[in-house]
Amino acid sequence: MTTLLALFWRDLRRAWGSGALWLPVLFFLLVATAFPFAVGPDAPLLRRAGGGMVWVAALLAALLPIDRLVRPDRDAGVLDQLAVRGIADEVIAAVKIVAHAIAFGLPLMIALFPAAALLAQDAARVEVLAVGIAIAIPALASLAVLSAALTAGLKGGSAIGGLLVLPLAVPLLIFGAGMLDPSGRGAMKLLGATSLLLTMIGPFAAGAAMRGLRE
Amino acid sequence: MSELLRLDGVACIRGERLLFENLSLALKPGEALWLRGPNGAGKSSLIRLAAGLLRAAAGTVERRGRCALIDEASALDAEMPLRRALDFWARVDTVDGHAVDRAMAAMALAPLSDVPVAMLSTGQRKRAAMVRVIASGAPIWLLDEPANGMDDAAQARLVAAIAAHRDNGGAVLLASHFAVGIGDLAELDMGALA
Repeated sequence: MTTLLALFWRDLRRAWGSGALWLPVLFFLLVATAFPFAVGPDAPLLRRAGGGMVWVAALLAALLPIDRLVRPDRDAGVLDQLAVRGIADEVIAAVKIVAHAIAFGLPLMIALFPAAALLAQDAARVEVLAVGIAIAIPALASLAVLSAALTAGLKGGSAIGGLLVLPLAVPLLIFGAGMLDPSGRGAMKLLGATSLLLTMIGPFAAGAAMRGLRE
Repeated sequence: MSELLRLDGVACIRGERLLFENLSLALKPGEALWLRGPNGAGKSSLIRLAAGLLRAAAGTVERRGRCALIDEASALDAEMPLRRALDFWARVDTVDGHAVDRAMAAMALAPLSDVPVAMLSTGQRKRAAMVRVIASGAPIWLLDEPANGMDDAAQARLVAAIAAHRDNGGAVLLASHFAVGIGDLAELDMGALA
């Protein structure tokens, strides 16, 4: 347990060190600021399209730091050292997912409010967005760690990483954005189920990928 | 007395190349074995096999007790002060700060506690990795070129640390392309196996 806590704090410290805490916040606000310039300041249009834009930005914000999640640990020999201590790769992956969910999830939830305001979302829609993204954060973190583990052995892997998990992230986008539709009442349950599934797959798939890095 | 580390008839294939086969070795408490041989002879692969980081293509690897490993990567966070980077591994190994204090004194690194790992020289980083091995309290030491970049004084400290570890009933598997100067040392010439 001490071991896992040590790993967790190290990951969190590395994620938030050197001002990286604000990276998803800035990225999020960047998208929210750029979008009205691109489509024009038409409030009804912004309200309709803005919610989906928030979801796309959330997915990209999760994938933003994937080159920092696994590759430096592998290059520095940290993963080898942990493996020598008999710590299962699945456990390391699970700790990384929890740390990443908190490291990017918390700032993302805070950034959601100014971003939603810039995209002309009203209070009711902000609430739906906040609930949906909170449900999706574990899955987004899981996908980020998975793609980081899969691409850690490749040169320039972070560019491929986004493409790799896109098919898996599509259900999150569909159900998450579907929650904003007044007729999409079951969307939240489907989003929850999808998020649970992806969160569960993450540690095992990422763990297997990390084991493969050693061969 | 039972062996801490035992390799039975192991073979190792890297890429398409057979590095060695039918290799057996055993280390009892207090024993040390020097893997010698030229670059590419499979010294590092054998160390990684013993550590469980590589799977043997044939044969069995048995470990009784925990392992501590030194390889070419220091596994210390470059931006952290040395002491805090080492404390992370002490927490992972669930040993207290005194073990780190003693190990740092043994490798003469105490004055560098507050220096970021990125600022350390190659030899100092090797000594830092050695501190992690000593502090871990693991009975089996797997040292892959631990003396690379070390000056004479540091090598003497390494030799003393290995001797102390063997006196305490530990076992050491040491890979090095040059003699480190340890007395009473069994040898395995990997170059002769190929």
